[in-house]
Amino acid sequence: MRAGDELPPLEIAITRTLIVAGALASRDFQDVHHDPELARAKGSPDIFMNILTTNGLVGRYLTDHFGPAAVLRKVAVRLGAPNHPGDTMVLRGRVEEVEGDTAVVRVTGDNGIGRHVTGTVTVTVPGLAPTPAPDPSDGRPGGVG
Amino acid sequence: MDDEFPTRDEDELHTRLKAYEGRAATVAGVGRDPVNAPMIRHWCEAMGDRNPAYTGPDAIAPPTMLQAWIMGGLSGHGGRARAYGELLALLDEAGCTSVVATDCEQEYLRPLRPGDEVTFDTVIESVSGRKTTKLGTGYFVTTRTDIRVGGASAGTHRFRILKYAPAGHDLKDRDQDRNQDGDRNQDGDRNQDRGRQEAARRPRPVVNRDNAGFWEGVRRHRLLVQRCTACATLRFPWLPGCGTCGSAGWDTVEASGEGTVYSYVVMHHPPFPAFSPPYAIGLIELAEGVRIVSNVVDVPYDKVRIGLPVELEFRAYDDDSVLPVFRPRAGEAAA
Repeated sequence: MRAGDELPPLEIAITRTLIVAGALASRDFQDVHHDPELARAKGSPDIFMNILTTNGLVGRYLTDHFGPAAVLRKVAVRLGAPNHPGDTMVLRGRVEEVEGDTAVVRVTGDNGIGRHVTGTVTVTVPGLAPTPAPDPSDGRPGGVG
Repeated sequence: MDDEFPTRDEDELHTRLKAYEGRAATVAGVGRDPVNAPMIRHWCEAMGDRNPAYTGPDAIAPPTMLQAWIMGGLSGHGGRARAYGELLALLDEAGCTSVVATDCEQEYLRPLRPGDEVTFDTVIESVSGRKTTKLGTGYFVTTRTDIRVGGASAGTHRFRILKYAPAGHDLKDRDQDRNQDGDRNQDGDRNQDRGRQEAARRPRPVVNRDNAGFWEGVRRHRLLVQRCTACATLRFPWLPGCGTCGSAGWDTVEASGEGTVYSYVVMHHPPFPAFSPPYAIGLIELAEGVRIVSNVVDVPYDKVRIGLPVELEFRAYDDDSVLPVFRPRAGEAAA
């Protein structure tokens, strides 16, 4: 693994169930996360995913990819376009830097109305060693798969 | 998002908000439950997270659950210090009644395991200047929470919310509609009904110290006119002093309810909720000599005319509102 590597995207169907289950699993009973009528009264077209669920999904995206031995060190997320029911969010990740067995991964999550989340995750993956840069003299095409 | 040009009031509000920076939002908070397997399982099911590290005898909690362990839940927070409630109340008063979480930055220093008892302290780290976003205009409030287990640091949690007045709702004068309902959840507020559109109800009367006696009379179906106790001049609408002699002393006389249309307008446009144009608004000269503005009812709007004899009727609107209106006196309608 090296800087520039991209993680395979993960599609998350934003169901009403996911939004409500995520809110309740995070003990977040704000009406905008489960009551469409009250969400509309506050100017939102429908309920929307809470930040804790987004945080959890970003964490899952990283550990799904790096495996159960991976240890999350830091997760920082910033929210933009809300996740409403019926939408799909696509999480993407790109390795920004690798130092020893620790990588910094830039994560984005786009939905049908824009960028829901941008985030930075620091993750330690035991046994992870930086892959040497491709040798330009070996004749094979370079770049990232 | 762009800064707006602040007015002096906004500067003053921001100064008051900034004073909360560095103050404690929660002191010696205790997680509502120890870290536990059922909550971990609910979380993993919701997230679709099948990481085996989160199950079994050596399970750890998903690190991103950090905030879940310090959420107040339905019953709210226990250890919250007054400063945070005050800060949120100031913003509520300014019309910033809605909340959205915008940023969460967490660092995990050691894994949490079932049985761990979480304690935490939260400090108000910063309050931004007034910002206008797509959602509305408001202020970003950033808190930082240190989470410990058995006295050892387990993680930090920096959280940013935007407290805002939803777009289309003006920031209010602060002394209107004080609302200090105290405790809130970590990423939200409780003003669930604020901003909800009433279904086409009439505007409520504005009752104040100077006119409270008038509205109390209306409630009892009496149309009361003020009378100066110094010079006996009648006055309407209600005012704190006599326009003739300047005296502040007054009593009331009850109007007979007889009157005539002194003048009128017919309202065609613009339409207001709860009113269906066209309709007639009369300036009614009461038998006592003072004039009152009200609706002329029970007569087609185009039959209202100057000099039309009318009589008072108290009519109920929207279940809970009684208003004095005027109808043509018997035998006078549509003459």
